[in-house]
Amino acid sequence: MKRAECIAMLYPEIDDRLVVTIMGACAQELYDLGHRENFFYLQHAMGLASSIGLGLAMHLPAERVVVLDGDGSVLMNLGTLATMARYRPKNLVHIIFDNGSLLSTGGFDSHTTSGITDLAAIAKAAGLEHVSRADTIMEFGEAVLAAFARNDLSVIVAKVSAVGPNHYGMDLALPENAFRFRRWISGRRPAKS
Amino acid sequence: MTVSYENSKAVFQGIKAAGVTSLSAMPETWLGLLLHQAEKDPDVTLIQVAKEEEAIGIAAGAYFAGERHVLLMQNHGFLAAINGIVSLAQLYSVPLCMLIAFRGHWGEPYPWHTRGGLVTEGVLRALGIPFEYARDPLTVGRQIHEAYTLSQSSLSPVALLLTRDLMED
Repeated sequence: MKRAECIAMLYPEIDDRLVVTIMGACAQELYDLGHRENFFYLQHAMGLASSIGLGLAMHLPAERVVVLDGDGSVLMNLGTLATMARYRPKNLVHIIFDNGSLLSTGGFDSHTTSGITDLAAIAKAAGLEHVSRADTIMEFGEAVLAAFARNDLSVIVAKVSAVGPNHYGMDLALPENAFRFRRWISGRRPAKS
Repeated sequence: MTVSYENSKAVFQGIKAAGVTSLSAMPETWLGLLLHQAEKDPDVTLIQVAKEEEAIGIAAGAYFAGERHVLLMQNHGFLAAINGIVSLAQLYSVPLCMLIAFRGHWGEPYPWHTRGGLVTEGVLRALGIPFEYARDPLTVGRQIHEAYTLSQSSLSPVALLLTRDLMED
């Protein structure tokens, strides 16, 4: 299964959700389907996409938040799984694309290659109740539908092959992405007195 | 030396007076008493992190959500959070209002705090983060408000160093 296929399957389902992606291939593959104002691409600070998602979900209980994460980024911030479990926002779905590789930085094997480290098991042991694993696009689709319907914090670990796009680049300056993302959110809330 | 209950209260009141409704924190001794107050306050969301760099992401999420958020950490936690500060907050123009327990400096009896204490100001300067020292319970509330205001207008990280004079009796 390719991450790009998974993201393409997700795309029609996330037009009304706040989406935070990690850097590199994951961000590019979503962007290439067509940027939307509710997408935020964290092009650096590896590990913190999940923390941004947690901050969004906890402060915007009426919104639904999706984080598109990767094994390399999660391994840089494993504590986030425990923090998520502790606060358990119901409106957060954390999707971890596990390609077993630091693809965007040269393709070195990550610690999850060959199943040595099991991120789903780590998430479960961190205290996250709803953790599913997907090895095929059908399983991924089912896991996403279940997570979106669940109304509880959910983690999906999707095993994908270590392939990415053949190009990188966005017509979107990084602060511009942040400004527009924030403005999109504020436009959906009633003004605070 | 013990942590000042009255001055911890003054810091928390300053946070409240600045209109802050959300805190992220990594507990540490000097921050303990004020975090206990935050835990009991129904109008404040307190998010305890496993490591300080996480709080940079959470603060960015809170900012995108339109929430008034302050980060509480020890200076060693600030040192642990630098890539998040640089490659999220500064890179994306996300404001951060950081209240930092300034351990390992004037009067520090514990050797293990000293190396971090000695480099904190230099690192803040190298990162271009404006900072001030909070020493007086009568002015700390105003300083918190000013730090928050500057972080929002400059879309940048700002630090208020909570000193020994303020935090210990």
